[in-house]
Amino acid sequence: MNRDPRDLQRYTAPERANHWLVGICFILLALSGLALFHPAFYPLAQLFGGGTWARILHPYIGVVLAICFAALFVRFRALNVMAPTDWEWLRRMREMAAGDDHTMPAQGKYNGGQKLLFWIMAACVALLALSGVIMWRAWLNLPVDLVRVAAVVHAAAAAVMIGFIIVHIYAAIWTKGTIRAMWYGTVTRAWAKQHHRAWYRQITGDQR
Amino acid sequence: MALQSLDIASRSATTTPSPSMRETAEVAKLIDVSTCIGCKACQAACMEWNDLRDEVGRNSGVLDNPRDLSAASWTVMRYAEVEEGGKLEWLIRKDGCMHCADPGCLKACPAPGAIVKYANGIVDFQEENCIGCGYCITGCPFNIPRISQKDGKAYKCTLCSDRVAVGMEPACIKACPTGALQFGSKEQMKDYAAERIADLQQRGFQNAGLYDPPGVGGTHVMYVLHHADRPQLYRELPANPTISPLVALWKGVAKPVAAAALGLVALGSLFHYVVKGPNEVSKEMEKEVEE
Repeated sequence: MNRDPRDLQRYTAPERANHWLVGICFILLALSGLALFHPAFYPLAQLFGGGTWARILHPYIGVVLAICFAALFVRFRALNVMAPTDWEWLRRMREMAAGDDHTMPAQGKYNGGQKLLFWIMAACVALLALSGVIMWRAWLNLPVDLVRVAAVVHAAAAAVMIGFIIVHIYAAIWTKGTIRAMWYGTVTRAWAKQHHRAWYRQITGDQR
Repeated sequence: MALQSLDIASRSATTTPSPSMRETAEVAKLIDVSTCIGCKACQAACMEWNDLRDEVGRNSGVLDNPRDLSAASWTVMRYAEVEEGGKLEWLIRKDGCMHCADPGCLKACPAPGAIVKYANGIVDFQEENCIGCGYCITGCPFNIPRISQKDGKAYKCTLCSDRVAVGMEPACIKACPTGALQFGSKEQMKDYAAERIADLQQRGFQNAGLYDPPGVGGTHVMYVLHHADRPQLYRELPANPTISPLVALWKGVAKPVAAAALGLVALGSLFHYVVKGPNEVSKEMEKEVEE
């Protein structure tokens, strides 16, 4: 589909599909996981057909997420290597959050915050997958001391991941013109130049 | 089933009080290891009353049969051959749920009402609410609950809560031929144990004593041990069982802290938008790229 021919392609269809698979799995995992974590969230288990179904489905959805995330990791790993300007961006994030982004350093395809999120997500998914398998009583019965460590790691990594995903989703809502990149892959030239100037220069050749 | 005659002191994954108007005396089972002959009448009685038939296993050359607790074997005799002072001692311990005053299973359980502790001290699994996650196994300091391969639910000794509710003693107590198993109020059982311990000490077991571990708030199944200073002799009976600090962290402070932190992140995001407004592409930038 061609809207404005001057729009810039930010994500290919396979990249978007991959991200959505991870996103859907994450939402299902967060809802069923919270249900098993705190009684206040236990009613969420009804979305899965009750507590027993939530318990049965959660680890299988986790396996799907781990595989899909691994694919996403391979796709975007090289683009998320931290550079000195990224650390500067992170140090000055307060100005950014205050709504004053005019003096922020020019960012490539991803800014420092996005890159940091990428690595935090990779660490969380790795920890969650490993600890989750250790806790999977339907298939495994490992030494109880190991399972106890896994339970704490799983809960902690999940809380960190859910917290950062809330910020991730909010950042996309806050920065207007962003969500379309994940729906149909394109962004406007103005959006690219304002938020990711170095990337804009690189793909348009416009050096202003 | 939660019997109305047994008032509920605590209920898994429940943050409000449970019905607890009536006060019931705490009960206890006392297992006098020094008078147990290892006949397994208690195992047979448990099977019979609870209508359980475990799979027939294999003879592995020792008396332990079945070899371990299972979803259909809620009590097993564990036999230990120990050399003490140049003499062989045959220590036989009836293993099963200890009915802790502070139950790790109940603390760990995420399903509301799948585990209850009655006012009389009995800790009971309510399988109709069990989701089969196995957190009770992770929480238990005694390695007691077992998940059934057949229905995915957790099972363990009920201390015959159904019999106790109507004024009867548990089936294992009824069947014991030597009086090694006693049942009554926890106070009575402690008094009875004190007599047994005095007798054992007189007969040369200076370290005889009662096993009622304070780390789990005491238990409603207690042992009289000839070597109370070394419970590990009795097939790894833990010396000082407590709810693991990891389980206490996971199912204690972590729950409100994580829930509050996530709530704050969500609310913080919302109010950031309300206060600062959206981060829109500026009009100047739109003009700039038109050129």
